[in-house]
Parts: sequence; C-alpha cells; structure tokens
Amino acid sequence: MTLFERSARELQQGLHNGEFTIADLTNEAFSRIEKLDGDVQAFLALNKEKAQTQAKELDSVPKGERGPLFGLPIGIKDNIVTEGLETTCASKILQGFIPIYDATVVKKLQQAGMVTIGKLNMDEFAMGSSNENSAYKTTKNPWNLEHVPGGSSGASAASVAAGEIPFSLGSDTGGSIRQPAAYCGVVGMKPTYGRVSRFGLVAYASSLDQIGPITRNVYDNALLLEAIAGVDPNDSTSADVPVPNYVANLNGDIKGLRVAVPKEFLGEGVSEEVRQSIREALEVLKGLGATVEEVSLPHSKYALAAYYILASSEASSNLSRFDGIRYGFRAEGVKNLMELYKETRAQGFGEEVKLRIMLGTYSLSAGTYDAYYKKAQQVRTLIKEDYDKVFENYDVIVGPTAPTAAFKVGQNINDPLTMYANDILTIPINLAGVPAISIPCGFHEGLPLGLQIIGKHFDEETIYRTAYAYEQATDFHKQTPQIWEGK
Amino acid sequence: MAKLSKEEVKHVAHLARLAITDEDAEKFAEQLGKITYFAEQLSELDTTNVAPTSHVLPIVNVMREDIAVKGLDRDVMMLNVKEQENGQVKVPPILED
Repeated sequence: MTLFERSARELQQGLHNGEFTIADLTNEAFSRIEKLDGDVQAFLALNKEKAQTQAKELDSVPKGERGPLFGLPIGIKDNIVTEGLETTCASKILQGFIPIYDATVVKKLQQAGMVTIGKLNMDEFAMGSSNENSAYKTTKNPWNLEHVPGGSSGASAASVAAGEIPFSLGSDTGGSIRQPAAYCGVVGMKPTYGRVSRFGLVAYASSLDQIGPITRNVYDNALLLEAIAGVDPNDSTSADVPVPNYVANLNGDIKGLRVAVPKEFLGEGVSEEVRQSIREALEVLKGLGATVEEVSLPHSKYALAAYYILASSEASSNLSRFDGIRYGFRAEGVKNLMELYKETRAQGFGEEVKLRIMLGTYSLSAGTYDAYYKKAQQVRTLIKEDYDKVFENYDVIVGPTAPTAAFKVGQNINDPLTMYANDILTIPINLAGVPAISIPCGFHEGLPLGLQIIGKHFDEETIYRTAYAYEQATDFHKQTPQIWEGK
Repeated sequence: MAKLSKEEVKHVAHLARLAITDEDAEKFAEQLGKITYFAEQLSELDTTNVAPTSHVLPIVNVMREDIAVKGLDRDVMMLNVKEQENGQVKVPPILED
C-alpha cells in the first residue's frame, strides 16, 4: 500500500500529526516510480535531487503557514516548461532543451508549496490520443499494460492511476486531459479557455489549448485548479475573472440541478457498455434530485473537420519556431540556412506532427484560406452557439468522455464510427471553450469508463459540485489497479 | 477526391520549411487529399453572415501600464544555443547556393 491512496486532506493530516514528513512523501514518489515505472513508462525526466532538497526546506515551514496542497508531490506534462529541468514535448526536436524560466502554473505550484517530481510523457507536441506518438517511449495503462493510457496527457493520467504521484498537470486541446482520465479511471478537468494561464505551455493550438489538473478524486482536483487558475499579465488570453473557492460548496447537494443529455453523445459508435454506464450515472443524478432531459447540439458532426483545420493551422504557425537555431535539435552537415531549417525540421519532427504542419500550412496558404480556415472559424461560432442555447435552460451537459474503454497498444481505432464518436465527445467542448471534467463511472473488462460533465463558461464550480455529489454516491474512484500493490 | 498534386505538396513543404523526398510527397498527397476531402463537408453549412470566432472569449485588446520591465539575461538566453560566438547566435551562410 502507498501513502498516495490518501486524499490531500488525509495527507495534510498525516503531516500535521507527524505520521510522516514531506521528505517521506517525496521519497515515496521516487520509490513508487522506481518500482512501477519500468512497466508504466510515464516519466521522461526526474527532478530527484532538487525535489529532495526542496522537501527538507518545506518540512521546516511552520504548520500554521501551510495551505491544503503544501508539500504534496506533483508531476508535470512535458509540454509545460520547468526551469532547469529538461522539457521535450516528447519530441526529438527538443531533445536536451533546458528551459530558462518556469511556466506560470509551475510558479503557482511552487507558491502553493508543491514538490515537482518529474516530467510526464505525452504524444509528441500533444498530437495524438494514445501516447504512441511519443518520440521516446509508449506509456501503458496501469489497469492493463497491454492497453494505451489515452492521450495526449496519457502519462499524466497513468502516473496518478498507478499511484506513482497523487497529482499531475495535463493539457487539453481536443480532449487530451479528459480522454486519458477516462481511460485510466482518474479525475481530469479541462477548465474554461482563459481560466488558467498558458504562459510556458508550449503552444499547439493557441485558441484551444488549456492546462488542467488530474487527480484521484474531485475534491483534490478542485483544490489544484484553484491553485493554478487566474489572470496572468504574461498571457493576454487569460481571463480577468475572479477564481472562486471551488471546494467551499462541495456538499453533495445537487437538488434541482438541470442536466442536459445531448442525443449526439449517445449515438452510433458509442459502445453498449458505455451507454449503459451513462444511463446508470443519470439514474444516480436523478436519485440525488437532479432533472435530466434530452437535448440536441446539431452542429456536433462538423466539429471534427473544423477542429482539424483550426488546430493544424495554429500548429503550423506555432511550430515554426523550431528551426534548430536557438534551442533543441540541430541537423548536421548542411550547406546553408534554408537547408538547416528544412533538415532540422524533417529529422526532428515525427510523422503525425509533420502531417499536421503540412495540413495547417496548406489551409492557411493563398487560395485556400477562405475555404478552409475562415470557414472553420465560422463553424466554430455555430458550435459555440449550440452550447450557449442549451445553457440557457440547463446547468450542466452530461455524456460519456469516450465511446469505449482504452484500446490496445498498437491497435489504432479502425472503425470509422468509433473514431468519429471518439472525437465528437471531446472536441466540440474545446471549440466552444467551455469547461468539462471526466470522472470514473464504471468498468468494462477491468478497464475504467469515464463520465463527462460540461459546464458554462467559467462555471467550473457547478461541474465540481455535480461531480462531487456523483462521486460521493458511487465508489468507482476508490478502486485501484492491481499494479498499485506492486508485483 | 481533391487529391493534391506532388508539385503542390512540395510547394507546401517548402512553405513549411520541411525537407521532403519524392516518396514523402506521394504519401502526403494522399493523406492531405483524404483530410481535405473530409473537410469539404463544412461547405454543406451556410455560413453567410456568421462571424468567424478567433477564440471564444470576449477579449479584444489587453493593455498594460507602459513601464519597462527587465527581460531575461543574455547569458541565460544563450544557454540552449548550439553554435555561438561572442554572445551572438551563429548560423550557416544565408546567401549560398
């Protein structure tokens, strides 16, 4: 058993009672990683020495001056820059890159007294949904090592599910926090666009990217979001909207909550076991006093095409900074500057990244801009309006996070309907910019399933309230994979 | 299907500063053709008078006080530069064929 079966509150209690120290917690993380990461393959870089020094310093801070996350270990997705700690985005092109400043979220974690344990694997530049697109390693699902953990924040979810660390940060551009959270049976929140500063998040699609917390329970997730949220002068798209005390209203009471279930979310391609788990979840919510009604988000079917164009276009622009000149990988044996650019990028980027850069460059090029990029931006408006309309009459929208449980490593989704359902469940939420969480809601053949709860802009509070009430009424979050006990 | 020609693909690769082989060009032509064909479905939607959304927040301009702030030190910024000389970044010749 590990200390990380405990919640943040229980860990603080243990620290307070002198049962263990912050140094013990830090050591626990590294010993869990040593024991389990040969199988799980979640970590790219470890921050061992610095973390242990920091832990000793934190242990000497008087207990009265500590917040709810003080001294607790956390892992960071490898597209979030950490000063002095290698950050690669799981790409060869950033091999050996040592950031010279911390992302705003990393600074905020330090202010909260959290201890960074290491950097977590991902699909290269967050492009993918299985972690198989990493240039370094393929992270496995702790519930069954033959299955993927999801992606792109696959290792952020897998490391928490395996009990290597109790907290992690991921990022979500089209489902990259929620889908791995569902596959790994943990809690993952994609906040409202603008809720969390993106300063120091290596950009994939700037108008969609958002950093968010992954934890083992809803209460801890709310604590962690509160710690990282807020306006930042270094990110002009961060919103100047007050950050509420998210945990203040977590009391299990959702009487009168108006829940909408879009018929598009339970359509073709969604497996029967997932539909069944959602039907059961809706009964739980009804039993808690919520009303549940079916609605429609008619433009959902266009989300994938719009997303591909918008995300790839922004990626082609954002990734132009990787040119081999100022940091990262640099091709050898070139004659001139143009060749250096082209060879560095051809050798440094993986296949999926190149494809998206090509698609984006094409969408933005003369003659196609209006037909593709501008059209996709207009379709985004229609998708956002779908959500605005539903939220005039409802408090939250509920559905599955993914159409199936985690698929096997090496087995791409071949069924086009499943692939389509996979994207329709998460991508429109990023296009609409609204917040959404995935929480555990069942199992199929030993693999977890996820319930997605979507809220209004900047209303993470209602999402957490709903998720907490559901969690208190069920015990899916209390289960741990076999690997948890060690071999 | 709106398959791109190999020449078009090579032009896009040049704009994207990616070295590609003939074989790559063939592969990209097919993949991009499939995706753009899929994206054609957006033309089913009438978007006359629909405003494009660049991002979903109602933010237009964000101003700050006009006060100079110290940036990062040059020495620090040079730490990740592979080739340098006298505190400057070195690159291969720009004008050479």
